Amino acid sequence: MLADPSLATSSGLGTQDDDGPRALTPVPYRVVERRHETDDVTTLCLAPVADAPMTFRPGQFNMLTAFGVGEAAISVSSPPRSPGPLEHTVRDVGAVTHSLCASPIGDLIGVRGPFGTDWGIGGAVAPGPSIGEVMPGADGADGARRGDVVVVAGGIGLAPLRGAVHELLALHQEGGGRVFVIVGARDPSQIVFRDDLDLWARAGAEVAVTVDVSAQGWTGHVGLVTSLLDGTRFDPVGATALVCGPEIMMRFTARALIDRGVDPARIRVSLERNMQCGVAWCGHCQLGPFLLCRDGPVLPYAGVVENLLTERER
Amino acid sequence: MTTPLAELVAAHPLLAGLPGDAVVSVAGCAQNVALEPGALLLAEGDPADTLYLVRRGHVAIEVHAPGRGPIVIETVGPGAAVGWSWLVPPYRWHFDARATDAVGAIAVDGACLREKAEIDPALGYALMKRVATVLLDRLQMTRLRLLDLYGADGAR
Repeated sequence: MLADPSLATSSGLGTQDDDGPRALTPVPYRVVERRHETDDVTTLCLAPVADAPMTFRPGQFNMLTAFGVGEAAISVSSPPRSPGPLEHTVRDVGAVTHSLCASPIGDLIGVRGPFGTDWGIGGAVAPGPSIGEVMPGADGADGARRGDVVVVAGGIGLAPLRGAVHELLALHQEGGGRVFVIVGARDPSQIVFRDDLDLWARAGAEVAVTVDVSAQGWTGHVGLVTSLLDGTRFDPVGATALVCGPEIMMRFTARALIDRGVDPARIRVSLERNMQCGVAWCGHCQLGPFLLCRDGPVLPYAGVVENLLTERER
Repeated sequence: MTTPLAELVAAHPLLAGLPGDAVVSVAGCAQNVALEPGALLLAEGDPADTLYLVRRGHVAIEVHAPGRGPIVIETVGPGAAVGWSWLVPPYRWHFDARATDAVGAIAVDGACLREKAEIDPALGYALMKRVATVLLDRLQMTRLRLLDLYGADGAR
């Protein structure tokens, strides 16, 4: 057995029982807008040529086809309730992603999905304790408060979290927990979604950004993303953490969160391997007991994932 | 008897948990300081004589590069300790450190602290364990940054 079925929660089309045509056949979408986030990261805004707009949950991914080149798994980066086009933020690191990043407005791109688990926001089922559940405390009008949510992103890891932050802020404005967004980037030129960071701060999130390497004119924080955690005023009791970035960064971030007092069962990470079929058939994305296209990408850190992140490949 | 300064010393994360007499001893070398944004705490090459225990505000550790001006290597905030070169000869700062906003700190005289640590090895050992923890943390963070986690190889 390759995967633990009990962990296959909150998935989109990526289950073996409900594979519809959209799961296996790319649906044509047209590039209606493109935004350069950094020198090698582009956000593609896509509109379906014929189908109704896709419904998805933050954290899920699609398989994008650059026709004649190949397919790549790319997280949806737009908020699920956004009336606008479907957005994917792509880093140009290989033949397929290069072709996707170079797609001009009007070009057709194949989309199949959405696949995988989500961050578990807004009632969606996710492994582990629910986000923003009511905690005993004194700072709410009814003597209780909702747990804080700490979003930690490294590099382009902010893309699959972008929709989650929009959802969390909507919940916050309806009385949900406080939202803390901590972003790390290699250098100031590599910070993605700058407009969103300002927007989120204005909407009530505490936003902190750091870079590993400074640059002339940068007056912000310099240091590892974990160095911002100590100065972030979230209450670890009942807090949920959503973490996405390079695996080493996620590992150290999870440890730092636990050191701050966050319950490991409340830490969720987004993992990535070589997603190919998207429907847990081919096995290319296997990581330990998981097929990440179905059981992931979002998984609870505590338990199996905690050990997998330190497992040496043989 | 504790003084307000000793209470501030005891409350700083670097020294939290030190026995009361050790806190009083450190406080005897310390003074409370306020620094304006842009003020230089340390200057490369100058005698290293002070340990700053940051209470509020942020400090940028910088190095000056010809033609590029100051390059920020790291930023630290409340709860951090700035300045270690007073610990070991030749007692010269290796970097600049500048307040990026209004900084409140406890400035501990390095020579005074060294002298007390020599006289009282228990105090010296307790201080060194704390200093070693911070230095190890900084070393590990520096190593991770050397990995260039967000570079192409670390791309998601």
